[in-house]
Amino acid sequence: MKKQPIDTFAENLTAEKHAAVRGGTKATHEKRSVMLPEHFQNPQRLREMAGEIKQHAIENLDTYLPQVEAKLQSNGVQVHWAETADEACATVHRIMQARQATKLVKAKTMVSEEIGLAEYLEERGIESLETDLGEFIVQIDGDHPSHIVRPIIHKSRREIAVSFEREGLGAYNDDPATITQRARRWLRPKYMEAQVGLTGANFVSAESGRIVLVTNEGNSRFSLAGPRCHIALIGIEKIVPRDRDLGVLLNLLARSATAQPLTVYTEFISGPKLADRPDGPEEMHVVFVDNGRTEVLASECREILRCIRCGACLNVCPVYRQASGHAYRSVYPGPVGAVLSPLLAGKRFPELADLPKASSLCGACNEVCPVNIPIPDLLLRLRNRGKEEHAELASVATPGLAGWAWLASQPTAWKTALVAGKAMNVVPSALLPVPALRAWEKDRTLPEWRGGEFRKWWRKNERKTEL
Amino acid sequence: MSGAREKILGRVQAALAPLKERSPLPDWDPVLIERRGAIGAVPAANPGEPGLAPKVDLWTLFAERLRALHGLPMEGEAALAQWLKENGWTEGYCDPKLWPHFKASLPEPTFHVSTVFDRANYDNYQFGITIASGAIAETGTLVLTDRDTPSRLGALAPWAHVAVIRREQIVPDVASALATMPLDPNVIWVSGPSKTADVEGILIEGVHGPGQQVALLIP
Repeated sequence: MKKQPIDTFAENLTAEKHAAVRGGTKATHEKRSVMLPEHFQNPQRLREMAGEIKQHAIENLDTYLPQVEAKLQSNGVQVHWAETADEACATVHRIMQARQATKLVKAKTMVSEEIGLAEYLEERGIESLETDLGEFIVQIDGDHPSHIVRPIIHKSRREIAVSFEREGLGAYNDDPATITQRARRWLRPKYMEAQVGLTGANFVSAESGRIVLVTNEGNSRFSLAGPRCHIALIGIEKIVPRDRDLGVLLNLLARSATAQPLTVYTEFISGPKLADRPDGPEEMHVVFVDNGRTEVLASECREILRCIRCGACLNVCPVYRQASGHAYRSVYPGPVGAVLSPLLAGKRFPELADLPKASSLCGACNEVCPVNIPIPDLLLRLRNRGKEEHAELASVATPGLAGWAWLASQPTAWKTALVAGKAMNVVPSALLPVPALRAWEKDRTLPEWRGGEFRKWWRKNERKTEL
Repeated sequence: MSGAREKILGRVQAALAPLKERSPLPDWDPVLIERRGAIGAVPAANPGEPGLAPKVDLWTLFAERLRALHGLPMEGEAALAQWLKENGWTEGYCDPKLWPHFKASLPEPTFHVSTVFDRANYDNYQFGITIASGAIAETGTLVLTDRDTPSRLGALAPWAHVAVIRREQIVPDVASALATMPLDPNVIWVSGPSKTADVEGILIEGVHGPGQQVALLIP
């Protein structure tokens, strides 16, 4: 029987990678789970409130988007709009061409991954360099991030040391401090040479037009201290109504992501630098990216647009821990990715229609989500959509229910099956007649068949009540 | 490009049109984000109660929280000079407005301090002394702005960054910092030294920014 692609991927994962992903996610999740109730009286209510704020924002984007655009423009920011990934890349390229810029330093942004910006610019002769340590390593390896917050959670220090040696950053040394120092030295001049610094945004306040960026390493700060032009790529769902709402969201973001009260750097940007200041961009652009988001907004899964990309659902998910991020075959892995990736795929939905099935629906993702997204409900809605659209991948490794439905409607056949099922207790699993059962038995043990027991009990008890 | 704008906004409107009602903007109680006084050396007056303990000295709390982030709270110019000397950091940048204040404690020839940050030699400074615009006690956070820290690089490129702060500039929490956010093109909250845990989850300090973050209290 055909397996779900994610299962096949998980089976082929090396023990080392599996241990790294499992250990890394587990540790962060545990710290987060201790910190939230330790710091707040009612973390549950806090998460719900954050969800309500974001839900309000996305359900009123028709008001907020023009409002934030006007605010940004009055702050001296040039605003652009991009419908597709290609259009977003082309917009960045055009801004760079207008400044005759050839070098760009990039702070971590998931949108740029989503639109394939680095490849687009490299093909056109523009150097686009990742500056987040993890993203930098992913880039020199020609790899992809496997976690939203920790891009190289799947890599060992030994692999990194080999890559650094190959790229001329120094002789093999797998000490994490040395690796970090080498990246620091390598990247410093790049910030100063680049004409453009590109970032994403964690939040944009509709009230003030302030863009909020959070990082720990200081790379986004450097990208806004060296280069003279700042481009922020922003998904249209990043809007927060008021500055004060950031109090709710910032208090949750870093705690959920890395179990920190705040990230080391939380930057509020409202425009280009003043003329008399020596450092910072004299020109600032915001590119609002749709790339499928309006379709998500129109769908019955629009709650996923609340997501603030903290990665907490990845860290807690038993499937993510077992399979790792690349198993999701898309930019956004884990539970959030299982919802978002097939939706953002648009017409290519069938290619990712198996992802909503990569979940036991245990609900842990919903419980940790800082914006309280009902991920299991959304997964079910997408499973349904996969079936309705007859996407082949939506049915891989799913036993057909037709046989069961027939049995359940034929009392005699049902009773016979209940008794006949006892044979499963003695027949070796390799000989089981149903492929789905064989596949299941390969990794797990079926409980003992006890068909008919309830009916026996019921008959006995029914008689008792009658007496 | 206005084509893209109209199309996106049109699709947003079309997507939202079928909604019978829109989620209202919630009004939330600041109590929600008050931090319980459970950590650090400054306990809440009544254990289990939310919020900061009454009459907590904000500098004491700030210092405690900054230390938890491996930052260094310090008091007075002499302590700073001593610390710089012990570490062998003698080449530095000092904000011109602050220099009269530090001139005596960082004398030549032991120290070489410039009041202009030279972008061409951004990597030649071991320390940078700049003016903080504020601080957040509960998180050990320093607030920097372009107005008070004109040289972003001076506060970022050197291994040790010293932010000078006065007691009355410290606010208790994130909510009050947001409420008193300065009007400035760039406001940055700095909570401890630059750090990463990208490599196998191991904490390393001093990635792209300072490896040492000092908050220096002056009267």
